[in-house]
Amino acid sequence: MKAIVHIRPRSGVLDPQGQAVAGALKHMGFDEVLSARQGKIIELELGDDDEQAVRQRVQKMCEHLLANTVIEDFSISIEP
Amino acid sequence: MNAAVIVFPGSNCDRDAVCALRDHTAKSVHRVWHRDTDLPKVDLVLLPGGFSYGDYLRSGAIAARSPIMAAVQAHAKRGGLVVGICNGFQILTETHLLPGALMRNAGLKFLCKSTPLRIENADTPFTSAYDDHGETAIPIAHHDGNYFADEDTLDRLEGQGQIVFRYVNNPNGSSRDIAGITNKAGNVLGMMPHPERAVDPLTGETGGLAFFKSLAGAMA
Amino acid sequence: MSMQKDPASFEQAQALGLNEDEWGVILKRLGRTPNQTELGIFSVMWSEHCSYKSSRRHLRKLPTTGACVICGPGENAGVIDIGDGLACIFKMESHNHPSYIEPYQGAATGVGGIMRDVFTMGARPVALLNALRFGSPDHPKTRALVSGVVAGIGGYGNCVGVPTVSGETNFHAGYDGNILVNAMCVGIAEQDSIFYSAAKGAGNPVLYVGAKTGRDGIHGATMASAEFDDETEAKRPTVQVGDPFTEKRLIEACLELMQTNCIVAIQDMGAAGLTSSSIEMADKGGVGIDLDLDKVPQRETHMTPVEMMLSESQERMLIVLRPGKESEAQEIFERWELDVALIGKTTETGHMVLHHKGETVCDIPIAPLGDDAPNYDRPWVAPPTLPVINAGEIAPGDPAKALLSMVQSPDMASKRWIWEQYDRHVMADTLKASGGASDAAVVRVHDTNKALAMSSDCTPRYVLADPYEGGKQAVAECWRNLIASGASPMAVTDCLNFGNPERPDIMGQFVRAIDGMAEACRALDFPVVSGNVSLYNETAGTAIPPTPVIGGVGLIDDAATAMGFGGAVAGDTLILLGETTGWLGASLYLRDIEGREEGAPPPIDLEQERRTGMLVRTLIHGGQVHAVHDLSDGGLACAATDMALASRCGVHLMASDTLSDAAWFFGEDQGRYLIAVKKGAVDALLDQAQQAGVGAKVVGTMKGLDVVLGDAMPLALDLLSQKHENWLPAYMEDA
Repeated sequence: MKAIVHIRPRSGVLDPQGQAVAGALKHMGFDEVLSARQGKIIELELGDDDEQAVRQRVQKMCEHLLANTVIEDFSISIEP
Repeated sequence: MNAAVIVFPGSNCDRDAVCALRDHTAKSVHRVWHRDTDLPKVDLVLLPGGFSYGDYLRSGAIAARSPIMAAVQAHAKRGGLVVGICNGFQILTETHLLPGALMRNAGLKFLCKSTPLRIENADTPFTSAYDDHGETAIPIAHHDGNYFADEDTLDRLEGQGQIVFRYVNNPNGSSRDIAGITNKAGNVLGMMPHPERAVDPLTGETGGLAFFKSLAGAMA
Repeated sequence: MSMQKDPASFEQAQALGLNEDEWGVILKRLGRTPNQTELGIFSVMWSEHCSYKSSRRHLRKLPTTGACVICGPGENAGVIDIGDGLACIFKMESHNHPSYIEPYQGAATGVGGIMRDVFTMGARPVALLNALRFGSPDHPKTRALVSGVVAGIGGYGNCVGVPTVSGETNFHAGYDGNILVNAMCVGIAEQDSIFYSAAKGAGNPVLYVGAKTGRDGIHGATMASAEFDDETEAKRPTVQVGDPFTEKRLIEACLELMQTNCIVAIQDMGAAGLTSSSIEMADKGGVGIDLDLDKVPQRETHMTPVEMMLSESQERMLIVLRPGKESEAQEIFERWELDVALIGKTTETGHMVLHHKGETVCDIPIAPLGDDAPNYDRPWVAPPTLPVINAGEIAPGDPAKALLSMVQSPDMASKRWIWEQYDRHVMADTLKASGGASDAAVVRVHDTNKALAMSSDCTPRYVLADPYEGGKQAVAECWRNLIASGASPMAVTDCLNFGNPERPDIMGQFVRAIDGMAEACRALDFPVVSGNVSLYNETAGTAIPPTPVIGGVGLIDDAATAMGFGGAVAGDTLILLGETTGWLGASLYLRDIEGREEGAPPPIDLEQERRTGMLVRTLIHGGQVHAVHDLSDGGLACAATDMALASRCGVHLMASDTLSDAAWFFGEDQGRYLIAVKKGAVDALLDQAQQAGVGAKVVGTMKGLDVVLGDAMPLALDLLSQKHENWLPAYMEDA
């Protein structure tokens, strides 16, 4: 089973990297870009088939290491 | 009496910290490996600068989960002195010994330069040898030094005298120009500038001498 | 025999860069057709990059011995004696091609590679330098290349925790299609703990340490031995990715292992990875080597023997151990969380034998790989002699206007935007670095009063105009920079960047530049102890300007006497040492102000150079000067402006009675220094110079807050500083 963790800056937290991306895109002529937020994706291969249990464990992994909840939000999606 | 400098894989200012403590506090200094679970009997624990675990995931995040950190937290809880410099500051926020987080510099680039600092609180074990509200200059060298905390936390830090150093010319976008803070009890300090690099007139930087003089006094 | 499976063809050999003669030698030596693995090994070992087949016979002309030399060229890096039982180990290397294709990783892995060359020999790296050449600022790729290369150099060096103390950055359209990224590393070791690559003795275990092997950079060495063409972009996957965190752990673990008595020989896996490291150790030790490729830690699945042998995955080392020391060594690496595996042993066969999945996939005699390596005497033609430009034919111009324009020209503008991205102070021994108002970087030898001075130099426009004089000048300028910092120059490393050696005009540049370097190194007692050659720096038939970069190291016995050009104070008298004829040929003034890239470059009188340098060193040691700056690009006016800006004090320079303003203020005669001295000390100093046979002339005074050139309009320091500082950030941020 595979868990995909999406981590992104919390709303309200300044995201200078996202701002730079948006700025660059605008300079390149992609005028429709209003804003960009830059985060990261972590893919986990897990040796467990119980989706409920996996979700709980990955939630813990996020809280304890993968995300810093002072500045980041995360979401988890599970794939078979 | 004694100080311990914690060495993580990727620490690179550990030797500099050991030398500055040795030369300017006249204390014996232990190096402690991050996999150890116990600290020697010390008054001060210093988390040095560098790129622990390559700054992978987030600066300081993996080091904060090292075995030795439980002992560091216990030492802090007992009132022992803890100093985190640069990557050490990042590790202290990741362990929640200090509030807030260090984000990528506003300019997005690594920055190495001498920075003028204002001493906001000289009534701490780390700053007693500085002039209160005086200025000094200490170099920074970091990519992730942009201090962030929510407004309530920032107000609280200000109200309780926990902001110790402020940048005179904010180089990295830090909230309220914060360069260094303590915890509420005042025994744990995190700062982005590197006082251990500013202790020798031949290098042209001496703004860190008073920092180590303060520590020597506090450990006496 | 399984070795005869998959026999290779001549066409395949050709595609890997081997010619018909080379193919013939392989067939003769093996007595059979090589298989794919064997062909791969021959092709990389005999590539230009590994075999120096075009350059070897010419490099022999360089002096490589001297009182301070412990180990000259031929090992991973050069070693010199710095007293007190300590040695300085250093080398410079190019990473040009990879940096053009993927600037961040190319530059980062260049830094990583040169550090491994130094710590492989037992030294702790203490300083990094770099010499960068980019295309014209107007070229559409330049901005992204600058940004990526600088981030890569910083990203790697900062993380490992070795200060990047100095660098040079030039822009010229001649590098539009081929940028140069040259990195130098300086380390310090105990003299009784220096490690070499000769794996003497059969039956010793071979240990693989560091990162896992992937398909990175396969045929990188071959790629560095060919011209760029339209397909180069398609070769992108060959670029390696660096991991400075692993490098840092490798440094600490290797230095720890070196404190034990475990090591027979050690090599980093650089270009041509496992192949060149294992063959070099076996060849130098006079032994054979057997490797079991199934034991090589692998990052990818289904890797073939040739992929493993040619992989240029970074941060890997190969170590031959004393028997019985396996577990002691493995324990150290495991503690640093590094991959470690015993992958073979040395043998008495003199052959390299490789096993893979139960079969022998390679069996080749090692000695011929070195002995029979091609060694070409490429045809060359002497470069044309350019006319000497008479300064009188150049319009005098307004020197103030010219100066203001030059301080903000791409080559002369402040590179603060670059060096502020480098950690210059980690290790806490940096006394003078970029921005530190010194002609050379100065790094203290840890826990001593001594310091090393270091500088990298080359003036490509001189080398292009006259390779022989230009080669001399690169060496002399480096020597001069060390002298001006208060050091005794000791030895150099070089990084020779040229175009396609199969073209006689390019080969002529190479040959003559080496002749000039050799003469200067001999005259200045400045031997070459290590180096690197990068050829084929050309795109679609256009070669780079010849760029032989010299990296020099000098010793300062008392770190407190290190000199710079930021210590002049108001009231000081400025004295110019050396001879001035007003040489404008091939000068920056002629190029940037008059728009003419013409004329013969300034010649160098090496005897005079030496005398003047020795006088400067005596003056510094005697505490007679406040500031010293050598004169180079932009001549007297630019040197005086540097001194004024760094000292935060204005300067008034007098015009010349005999020379035009352009020739006097901006001429680039060589072998000159500007010194600032107390007014009362002037007469004695002029006498001293006369006795030493060195020309000396009072040329101005430190005063006020303007730079004043003769009768020209004064230029405020603030204005000069602003223009000087603003060009690069404005250029980089104009995305």
